[in-house]
Amino acid sequence: MVDALFLGIAVLTIVSAIAALEMRSLIYGGIALMGTLGGIAGFFILLDSPFVALFQIAVYVGSIAVLILFTIMLVKRELIFQKKEDPKRRYAGIGLMLIIMISLGALIFNSGISSITTEEPSVDYREIGKDFLTYYWPALVVMALVLSSSITGAMVLARRHDGVEDEQRTD
Amino acid sequence: MSNELIDFVIVSVALLAIGIYGLSVKRNFIRMLFAVEIIINAANLNLVAFARFLPHSGGQTFALFSIAIAAAEVAVGLALIIVAYRMYKNIDVADFRSLKG
Repeated sequence: MVDALFLGIAVLTIVSAIAALEMRSLIYGGIALMGTLGGIAGFFILLDSPFVALFQIAVYVGSIAVLILFTIMLVKRELIFQKKEDPKRRYAGIGLMLIIMISLGALIFNSGISSITTEEPSVDYREIGKDFLTYYWPALVVMALVLSSSITGAMVLARRHDGVEDEQRTD
Repeated sequence: MSNELIDFVIVSVALLAIGIYGLSVKRNFIRMLFAVEIIINAANLNLVAFARFLPHSGGQTFALFSIAIAAAEVAVGLALIIVAYRMYKNIDVADFRSLKG
């Protein structure tokens, strides 16, 4: 059986995920997305993985959500509140969501997952550090390169090309 | 531990379905990015849940890799949004017509 804490975090996560997609204002949507990401961090703590939970809070709630909020603020005000949606497409989307939920849910309930329980202690975070530096070190190096190149790429993409910057500088 | 593996997997399936709904219905670039984030988080939850119940460190390691790559993806996605907004003065994906073949 699930406990009350799990139930609370699950409701917070799912309700704020729906709110992030359905709220009229993109800014409130971004804040609701922070709730979802924080709820996932709560699940990680329930799963005895505090290291991943801290990483989640630092990277997702701390930086990605703030980055998204700043980008929303760079966009024109009317576009933030604009909501152009085809009702037919919306009903089709809800149908697709229900089909995925019911079919995957039935599949999972009928599989052997429900019999998996464990009494063993959780993985120590020292194990994760050892993994990173022994077996997965090439992946770690590649990840560092991907991160730095994507940040450079993002800066190059977002740079102005029309010379407005130079004019502002001379003013 | 009173929570079972199946509870976490069911929450993850619900988040995945909500994310797919958002990707298929919304036409706003930023909202589609929200939906992608929700789907990635559902996947991370699955990884960590299985890592806990089949005690193995691989799941948590992969979740950490996944979070780091998602950060890179969001940075590039937001830069694309800024460029597209500058070109079209809009963030509706239906208006980004020059990407069509």
